[in-house]
Amino acid sequence: MTNQEVLLTDSTEVDFESIEASSRKARSETIIRLLRYTGLRLLALFLTVAAGVYITVLVANMGGYVDEIRRGQIREGIILEKSVDQQFMQLDQEERNRIIAQEIEIEERQLGLDQPFVIRSFRYLTNALTLNLGFSEQLSSDSGSRRVSNIILERLPSTLVLFGTANLILFFISLFSGLSLSRSYGSFMDKLVLAMAPTSSAPGWFYGLFLILIFAGLLSFLPFGGMVDAPPPDNPFDYGLSLLKHMILPVTATLISSIFLTIYNWRTFFLIYSSEDYVDMAKAKGLTDRMIERRYILRPTMPNIVTSFALMLIVLWTGAIILETVFNWPGAGQLYFAAIGVYDIPVILANTVVYAYLLALTVFLLDFIYALVDPRVRVGEGSKN
Amino acid sequence: MKAIIDSFQQIRRYPSAMIGLTLIGILLLVSIITPIVIPYNEAVRLWRGGDDIWAENPRNAAPVWQNWFRNSKQPETIVFDSTEGDGNKTIETLSESTQEVRFIYEFDYSYDDFPPELILFANATFDEKQPHVEMKWYKPNGDEIRAGEFSPGASSSFRFSQDERLQRRLKRSTGIENVDQALFDDPGQEGIQVLKGPYRLEVTALLFEPESDIDITFVSYGLVHGIAGTDHKRRDLSIALLWGTPIAMAFGLLAALVTSITTMSIAAAGVWFGGWLDAFIQRLTEVNSIIPLLPILIMVGTFYSRSIWLMLGLVIAFSIFGIAIKNYRAIFLQVRELPYIDAAKAYGASNSRIIFRYLIPRILPVLIPGLVTTVPGFVFLEASLAVLGLGDPVLPTWGKLIQDANSNGALFNGFYYWIMEPAILLMIAGLAFAMVGFALDRIFNPRLREL
Repeated sequence: MTNQEVLLTDSTEVDFESIEASSRKARSETIIRLLRYTGLRLLALFLTVAAGVYITVLVANMGGYVDEIRRGQIREGIILEKSVDQQFMQLDQEERNRIIAQEIEIEERQLGLDQPFVIRSFRYLTNALTLNLGFSEQLSSDSGSRRVSNIILERLPSTLVLFGTANLILFFISLFSGLSLSRSYGSFMDKLVLAMAPTSSAPGWFYGLFLILIFAGLLSFLPFGGMVDAPPPDNPFDYGLSLLKHMILPVTATLISSIFLTIYNWRTFFLIYSSEDYVDMAKAKGLTDRMIERRYILRPTMPNIVTSFALMLIVLWTGAIILETVFNWPGAGQLYFAAIGVYDIPVILANTVVYAYLLALTVFLLDFIYALVDPRVRVGEGSKN
Repeated sequence: MKAIIDSFQQIRRYPSAMIGLTLIGILLLVSIITPIVIPYNEAVRLWRGGDDIWAENPRNAAPVWQNWFRNSKQPETIVFDSTEGDGNKTIETLSESTQEVRFIYEFDYSYDDFPPELILFANATFDEKQPHVEMKWYKPNGDEIRAGEFSPGASSSFRFSQDERLQRRLKRSTGIENVDQALFDDPGQEGIQVLKGPYRLEVTALLFEPESDIDITFVSYGLVHGIAGTDHKRRDLSIALLWGTPIAMAFGLLAALVTSITTMSIAAAGVWFGGWLDAFIQRLTEVNSIIPLLPILIMVGTFYSRSIWLMLGLVIAFSIFGIAIKNYRAIFLQVRELPYIDAAKAYGASNSRIIFRYLIPRILPVLIPGLVTTVPGFVFLEASLAVLGLGDPVLPTWGKLIQDANSNGALFNGFYYWIMEPAILLMIAGLAFAMVGFALDRIFNPRLREL
């Protein structure tokens, strides 16, 4: 994260024109450096993802502890299955034990339980990293598929719809409110936002409880949870309307839990940058407020805004597990929780891998967005660590 | 150091911070007093206890203070226990082997609603012949009702509403199906209305052995109970609310304190020694940022142990290499270049002396607000785990109350107090630390104060 350091330590004035000229001269050089940097960065991120996923493999299997539980389950299942078989029950004791042992062995081999844990842990890791997610052990998708990728792909859209909407609204409200508050700082609204900022210490699900209590329990004009009415409407328009109705509460809960702090933070960035000399200079030149905001305030603050937004995305993604559980929203977070509940390791791992890749992608894109929005940071330079 | 104390004194200028400090003070006070008044083992015993402990509490009763805001007063629980001298127990010997024991319970019923349950608990001692108990119910208007009879064992209970003969009799005379309502109904008024005034229950027990004895407890259950209400297992919520305080405080404060200080020391050491150590710390932080903390906690909770102290340890272990390390590192990189560090090096200060006496004190202004603002996050993390059903198996916490309430449909059934009480306490704890943290942030970072 050298880029952040550059940003934090470098507060000297920047001569944009000279950078532009030199970059034109060294364009081909830059491209080579860019490629090398990209390669190294991707490799580093990939290794990071691998390490993170392997730790998850270890925890998810509890160093082989889960296997014991699973063996027990298999044994119990087979004995139960056999005990209702009339023909089987007529065989003598020895024969019965032999058949049961055989069935258990077949079942265990099918699930790969006959190999030592270390070997299996690396197999889990390589499969996970190559997104070869395999088949689930317990859960199945609504369409009946046991393929983990199908199960996750079925759930992912609901999560993306919910959190995508919430984050878009959050981003734009925070951006525009932040800008407008930075213009009128010290006003009543500004003080109100400052006073409300501590409310962001509580997570979204917490406000969700209150919202359910008020709007579903007391006033009963919004649903308690779920994604659409049951049974789902056939007409796509009605379906959309029903979806919207179910989204109001979870989206509001997410917004309440982060909006005041975000507005406050962003307004502070804007204020810091609008007290720079070049902004006064632009004002003296007679530029319009809108132009000053766009060119002289928004541009230099963009890196900070982008970072804080990306970090927030990560936190919200983790929060999805519990928000979806509270609102009974059939998304990836709820799937995660369900998978853990039935010890379905392939599904747990797949969810973690998708999460790790999304995180790595966020970090990677962040580097490039930095370079795009902040001319002081140049990709590939000073990235020794 | 003096500068830091001066900064703390500035906190008086922030009313929100003063409110926050007061709230934190109250919470800490409760955290200290609760374990003294209700020791740990007692709390666990009470919370895990079943009907043996909580039989005399009503189910899902709202807190008593709800009556202050209503026009119609809801009944409170009335308990008469003859072992504690209630009921004016009189014993009359009828023959050599037969005794008659009488209990008279008199009480004034002035509530606007009917009790949800009426139960008589009988504890009898006898060798072979069971005693026989008869009850008579006197209404304020003089009506006398034969309220049933039964033969108690060593420990048995008589539920008025489940006595079919009593129900038939009352239905014939008053036309009301519900026994509890019929016993308190005012026949002079239209519909089902409570007749207020003095009620009397006479219990006569016949004992058929000279050594035999009997004690009777009569409970008229309330719709409101205690300052916090009760849950579906008749447990008094105030125990969980009280014990939730020290747990939330301990979890939040310990996690915040240990994490902040360790993180800062690691960042300082990394910056000071540089080289592979710094690189290693950086990589570890990056790996850690990709490990999903909540899912790992959920997995450990499901597969292994749900002990709150194990969770606390894991939370600390995973939070040490958090994003904060990057922030501290950026600041330490600047501090490292300052002249006074060179001076310290020149006079031969050791590495550890430079790290702990020169580098770390310099960034306390950043650390202290950061520490305070991370407390709510940890408090809510514990609650989140509990809400997912992974709370500590023995201890009552605020999060577990919310989970209990949620899984028993408190919102759906309208038991709002059940969810609101722990939620509001969580809110208070979270807001208090956040408000103080915000004010400290502005005091220690003067650049923010100007804005």
